[in-house]
Amino acid sequence: MGGSKSEHNLINADGKTRFDGRALDELRPLSIQAGVLKRADGSAYVEWGSNKVLAAVYGPREVHPRHLQNPARAIVQARYNMASFSVSERKRPGPDRRSQEISKIISEAFTSVVFVEQFPRTTVDVFMEVLQADAGTRCAGLTAASVALADAGVPMRDIVPSVASGKVEDRVVCDLNKEEDTCGSADVPCAILPRTGEFLLLQMDGHLTYDELMLAMEYNKRAAKKINEVQKEALRRKYSIITLQDNVISEQPPAAPPGVPPEATELPPPEGGA
Amino acid sequence: MENDVVSDLKREYINRMLAERKRLDGRTPEETRPVDVQTGVVTSAAGSARVKWGDTDVMVGVMVEQGTPFPDTPDRGVLVTNAELIPMASPYFEAGPPRPESIEFARVVDRGIREAQTIDLAKMCVTPREKVYITYVDMHVLDFGGNLFDAGLLGAMMALHTAVVPAKRHGNGEDFKLPVQHYPISITSAKLDGGLIVDPNLDEERVAQCRLTVTTDENGDIRAMQKGLVGKLTFEEIQAAIQNSQRCGAELRRKLGLGVK
Repeated sequence: MGGSKSEHNLINADGKTRFDGRALDELRPLSIQAGVLKRADGSAYVEWGSNKVLAAVYGPREVHPRHLQNPARAIVQARYNMASFSVSERKRPGPDRRSQEISKIISEAFTSVVFVEQFPRTTVDVFMEVLQADAGTRCAGLTAASVALADAGVPMRDIVPSVASGKVEDRVVCDLNKEEDTCGSADVPCAILPRTGEFLLLQMDGHLTYDELMLAMEYNKRAAKKINEVQKEALRRKYSIITLQDNVISEQPPAAPPGVPPEATELPPPEGGA
Repeated sequence: MENDVVSDLKREYINRMLAERKRLDGRTPEETRPVDVQTGVVTSAAGSARVKWGDTDVMVGVMVEQGTPFPDTPDRGVLVTNAELIPMASPYFEAGPPRPESIEFARVVDRGIREAQTIDLAKMCVTPREKVYITYVDMHVLDFGGNLFDAGLLGAMMALHTAVVPAKRHGNGEDFKLPVQHYPISITSAKLDGGLIVDPNLDEERVAQCRLTVTTDENGDIRAMQKGLVGKLTFEEIQAAIQNSQRCGAELRRKLGLGVK
């Protein structure tokens, strides 16, 4: 946690709202789109606050190098990467220690949801690319990657949402934005299995009392449910069944049935007039 | 670019169609794919663009930082071009240190920008011999559908064209528009058994003998060229590739309002 000082208060005087206008337990705007890339087996795009994150999935496919193969199950290899232009001070391209750690814990989180035992000797590759960063990028990446896995048709126990809560000026708040993240005093990122409420990823840094930590995790649990709804809806939009609404194929109205004099047919009113 | 193979059937089919001046995606041999450009796609960068060129999807971010000039150009800004073929974009791209393919890609685009004197680097000097602006052009390939070079340079141009130098952040007075003075565009032609085509898509690229990338400026002058792959080109084929580049480049520039007087 940065410990840098903000120029203004991050919690408003009422103690119930934040500088960006959100309530303490309110999420930033979130939108998810499934199936955005052509080449990948599955993909998803997430905009969350000012985060813009793309995820792609390949596999199950052959493992390279071969010695990583597991004869009993598939391995899940996640790669979290930040684009050099995703932050205002250019980030040196390529993996650093932070992104390697994030990649590792996300790989582990997904290994427990994917039915890895069905695909021995293969790998499921999950790529997350942060195009614009605004705090909570690992959560946005994981949220996008879950949708991409489903889009790729990889059998899973559930679609996993992820979110971070934390502490800003003595208040526990949900879904930190960049300023809250750098000036706040704690950050608790989680990934939660919606069906059981189990945590697949849990990290914490900063300073929280036990009660504060419980509240942050409670916020995360509730937020995860909401995020999961958006994930599922994004998939439904891509794979929904469209029903034919107008079954009539002729452009003209059908001819009047025999026996009814043609004069009796009512003409539609002329266009534009009442 | 990709080390996978194309079936003989498809190879033959592509070439047989080309003999009748037809292509699998319905284009004529001289036609480029539709191009869609969005600018200002990330606010963290000084300038950014996302180019969808056929099935190829490239994102480019331009960032301007402060640094020391090269000793031999003490009063000029510095340009650094970098390309990332991230494994998201194709089943054949791998993470890790840059491979020859991405180095060639970055260098061909860099040469186009540099040789066309796209950026007025004299205006990118803060204090001679001490402080200049370094312009980083970072290209990120998101979806690989063939012909990266042209999509990459176009993305770089659109990002540069819309970039603002964050002078205030570096304590050098007011922000200003990045001084772009020329508009290079590259168009790649590929040589197949069946003849020369403009803007190869993924399948065409796989069966190509070789390719020639020609970068022209807004006057139709040639600023950079790069032949790639193992095949040979005749003088006539080179001429045709240059003319393709001039014609398609002018068309694109007009469509996007780049350097049109």
